[in-house]
Amino acid sequence: MKYPKNGRFGEFGGKYIPETLVPAIEELEENYLKFKNDNSFKKELDYYLKIYAGRPTPLYYAKNLSEKIGGAKIYLKREDLLHGGAHKINNTLGQAILAKRMNKKRIIAETGAGQHGVATAMACAALGMTSEVYMGYKDTIRQKLNVYRMNMLGSKVHPVKSGSMTLKDAINDAIRDWITNVETTYYLLGSAVGPHPYPVMVRDFQSVIGKEIKTQMKKINNKAPDYVIACVGGGSNAIGTFYPLVDTDAEIIGVEAAGHGLKTKMHSATLSSGSKGVLHGMMTYLLQDKEGQITETHSISAGLDYPGVGPEHSYYKDMKRIKYHSATDKEVIEAFLMLTRTEGIIPALESSHAIAEAMKVARKGKKSESIVVTLSGRGDKDVEEVQNYLDKHVKD
Amino acid sequence: MSKIKEKFAELAANNQRALISYIMVGFPNEKATIAAVRGLVSGGADIIELGFPFSDPLADGPVIQNASTVSLENGTTVSKYFDIVKKIRKETDVPLVMMTYTNILYHTGYQRFIAEAKKAGIDGFILPDMSIEESKKYIQAAKNNTDTIFLISPNTSKTRIEKISKISTGFLYLVAVFGTTGAKTGIKNYTLDAIKDVKKHTKGKIPIGVGFGVSTPEDVRTYVKAGADAIIVGSAYLKLIEKTHYDKLESKISAFTKRLKKQTTL
Repeated sequence: MKYPKNGRFGEFGGKYIPETLVPAIEELEENYLKFKNDNSFKKELDYYLKIYAGRPTPLYYAKNLSEKIGGAKIYLKREDLLHGGAHKINNTLGQAILAKRMNKKRIIAETGAGQHGVATAMACAALGMTSEVYMGYKDTIRQKLNVYRMNMLGSKVHPVKSGSMTLKDAINDAIRDWITNVETTYYLLGSAVGPHPYPVMVRDFQSVIGKEIKTQMKKINNKAPDYVIACVGGGSNAIGTFYPLVDTDAEIIGVEAAGHGLKTKMHSATLSSGSKGVLHGMMTYLLQDKEGQITETHSISAGLDYPGVGPEHSYYKDMKRIKYHSATDKEVIEAFLMLTRTEGIIPALESSHAIAEAMKVARKGKKSESIVVTLSGRGDKDVEEVQNYLDKHVKD
Repeated sequence: MSKIKEKFAELAANNQRALISYIMVGFPNEKATIAAVRGLVSGGADIIELGFPFSDPLADGPVIQNASTVSLENGTTVSKYFDIVKKIRKETDVPLVMMTYTNILYHTGYQRFIAEAKKAGIDGFILPDMSIEESKKYIQAAKNNTDTIFLISPNTSKTRIEKISKISTGFLYLVAVFGTTGAKTGIKNYTLDAIKDVKKHTKGKIPIGVGFGVSTPEDVRTYVKAGADAIIVGSAYLKLIEKTHYDKLESKISAFTKRLKKQTTL
């Protein structure tokens, strides 16, 4: 959907927000619509994406991995090579430049794995702005390297100790901060979630991924890929990958975090097993109990540990244009190690969900078929987590 | 005429403003909720807001966040909440307003939820994350059933105030300060200006209730003098409930309510 009328993707999305935020959201939408087609804005963003962040990113044929599996060809969209190590910088540069043009002096953000927090801190430093980042206390521990990075980049990190102490609670506290400081503050949301216009704006900034894939695959195969795969938490790298390709023949698969398995309560697979509801300003699929209380989630990857999902994903799920599968923690670790060993590329645990699915699809696929997987981030931040998992689960 | 509307008419006839008292149901337990409500009624609260906990109360400050968590841990469910409302209804006629978040109603379905609430004795709803743009089905479901109280803020534009005041029934909830519930910002000039502006734009068609960060009899007096038709006190009650032993809860709540209520006579 090009630009959602009334902020709705079908029935999903909308703006369920406290009245105090309405003027801020209206101001944001007005400015976004004004600047998104403004040549000097586009030129500035383009400059930073190329010269600062390192776009375009390569589309790498993972020959060793593909041959080892012995099926379809796997191509990796190397967002992990971007400055900061993840796709998040595509969006933070866009929004930080927008915030600057809106004369907002104070930037706040939430972060799960810390990648969006780091990308916010970097974009703000580069543009001469200051930032404060809300991060679940649990995540500050399992992703502490990113906390150090944010601090060094000049960002103040607020550990959030309410609720499940993860991404959902970080968003709650960021929204509370925004309500309190609405007149001075720009909320730089990191995923394709929240009230309109965030889901569409974040998608637009991330769509550079899918657009490049389209061009690059055309050069390689003279057609769109047969399969396109990306991991889904809130779903920003996925929607950025998928949106430019929904009008092709590609089979598109989003991969959620199945944690300990979908039959347990320890997962974050919102689209696979959630129901419709309202959270964080949007109507979308949610993980909730029979009373409408949001349930605690689990994933080995902090970035996917979220009980909601971007409304546009809910829309594509219901219209059956995109399939949503999931990968368990165990499958994710296997995929992480497999890619690391066959290709010398250490993927983020989030992205490893997409790799796990790609391996399944490749196994069943023909040699003539091509799979594009968005490698949304690099895994340096996760090596300790993976080592701990191996120490616990693998005897020798 | 709705119970809330009747209450405002009755108060106006007596040269009084409304005291609206908020507590969280199930905080710290059901017994305390019943005792606290008795205290509110004997102390003279004109309308009682009964909070229902939500896992992600993003418009609330630490005090109500904590009360929500405790209430949920105590096993407060929608059906238990309605049972408590029914018990309260047997003891008092005071208008009861349910304050919670949109998802709680959405999940059951607006129609069914509101019908059940009405049956239990709820007279109105306050949903801080329900914007007028998303409210069509909610409004339809509540029509001729319960009041739907909407919120405005000091930064709400004139045209929007007019729109919201047409949709809101019972009263219009003016959020006093930029912040979450229980904000400790003190009295702000922009709030006093907002009260005057809102009164002007709504032309007396709907009562204006002022809440968020109102905690003392002095605060109540200041807003009454500024022209508010109702004053809402919430977090201050929860703090009092938290530190008061059950045996003294009813009398302490009653005494605090009397001190607040005294300030609402013109």
